[in-house]
Amino acid sequence: MYQFNVYRIGPEIKLGEVDLSFTNASLFMVISSLAVLIIFNLGSKKNSLIPNKIQLLAELSYTFVSKMINDTAGSKAKPYFSFIFSLFMFVLFCNMFGMIPYAFTVTSHIIVTFVLAAFIFFGVTIIGFIKHGFGYLKLFVPSGVPVVLLPLIVVIEVISYLSRPVSLSVRLFANMMAGHTMMKVFGGFVISLGIVGGWLPLGFSVALTGLEILVAFLQAYVFAILTCIYLNDALNLHH
Amino acid sequence: MFVRFSQIILICFLIFSNAESAESGGMPQLNPEFWFSQIFWLIITFGIMFILLSKFILPKISENLESRKAEILENIEAAEKQREESDKKLKEYEKIILETKIEAKNYFNKAREKILKDVDKKRENLEKEINDEISNVEKEILDLKNKSPEKIRKIAIETSSDLIKQLIGVEVNNSSISAIVEDVSRKTN
Repeated sequence: MYQFNVYRIGPEIKLGEVDLSFTNASLFMVISSLAVLIIFNLGSKKNSLIPNKIQLLAELSYTFVSKMINDTAGSKAKPYFSFIFSLFMFVLFCNMFGMIPYAFTVTSHIIVTFVLAAFIFFGVTIIGFIKHGFGYLKLFVPSGVPVVLLPLIVVIEVISYLSRPVSLSVRLFANMMAGHTMMKVFGGFVISLGIVGGWLPLGFSVALTGLEILVAFLQAYVFAILTCIYLNDALNLHH
Repeated sequence: MFVRFSQIILICFLIFSNAESAESGGMPQLNPEFWFSQIFWLIITFGIMFILLSKFILPKISENLESRKAEILENIEAAEKQREESDKKLKEYEKIILETKIEAKNYFNKAREKILKDVDKKRENLEKEINDEISNVEKEILDLKNKSPEKIRKIAIETSSDLIKQLIGVEVNNSSISAIVEDVSRKTN
């Protein structure tokens, strides 16, 4: 589990009792966000009618995310586009940078994903209450349910609503950690089985790398699209 | 399918992590030593990235996309306009061609009529001339015909009187000879 260790880089920064030192996790957060900024800045710098490669990349990502938001949360979610775009790009780049050997995967730490998910949860709840007032509580009362079942349903709905940040954060964190652990385990098998038997786990490792790149993209996508779905609940009360 | 696969991965992970945790002392993720640091840096990096993206970069990309869309629409419109214009021109051209064709036909017809008229006129004149000549000649012939018996009679009288004079040396009265000649010519007729 060494690859998930967080250690201090540079001097210890303390704010009272709280340790805010710059760590390898912070380093990869900075790298990821810088990479996002650099790529999209380059992609938006020159406005040519026929885009060059980096501009095409930026514009394709833009239309991809905006289409995703429009499909799941409708046109009302337009003001939240830049947040969801940043979220998607941040998670995607953190996941992808984690795929580089010896790199640190920021999203493989539950605290990071949980902070993101909790922020989304509170944000969505606040948006819901601002948009609908106490009518937002109707979210917990589905229409067309027999009165007898209603208390049970409401309890289940409340629990499922409250468990959203947990499921959102654990999904991302567990996927990233499990994938990286698997790769490490198979890598360890290559060494322990030696030149004779090590080829099979090596092949697995190669295949897993491809799978993990897919997972890295998919989990970022899932994270963003679930945010959109939660936002959809807050913006368009369907129940 | 993917969910199932991730479940399998998780199960594998749990098995292996139990084996490994014995040596390294549990998951580093659950060690709260650097939690606040991570939260702090997450907020800073994500916050800065979000602000820069939403304030500067994303509006620019959106603007680029919009301007491209507008330009393409404009071009399509212009192309449509030009197409319409060329259609119009083509129609005009066809019209002109049709008109000139009709004109040419008219000219041709006119020329033909004129020529036919001329020919008719000339022929008429010619026929008239010919007819005149024919009638003149006929008249002459008729005249000659009408005059000839008298002349013949005169000649006959003269010759017969000459003959008689030479033969018998008597001068015969012209009137009696003419009577005889008439008598003979009537008989021969």
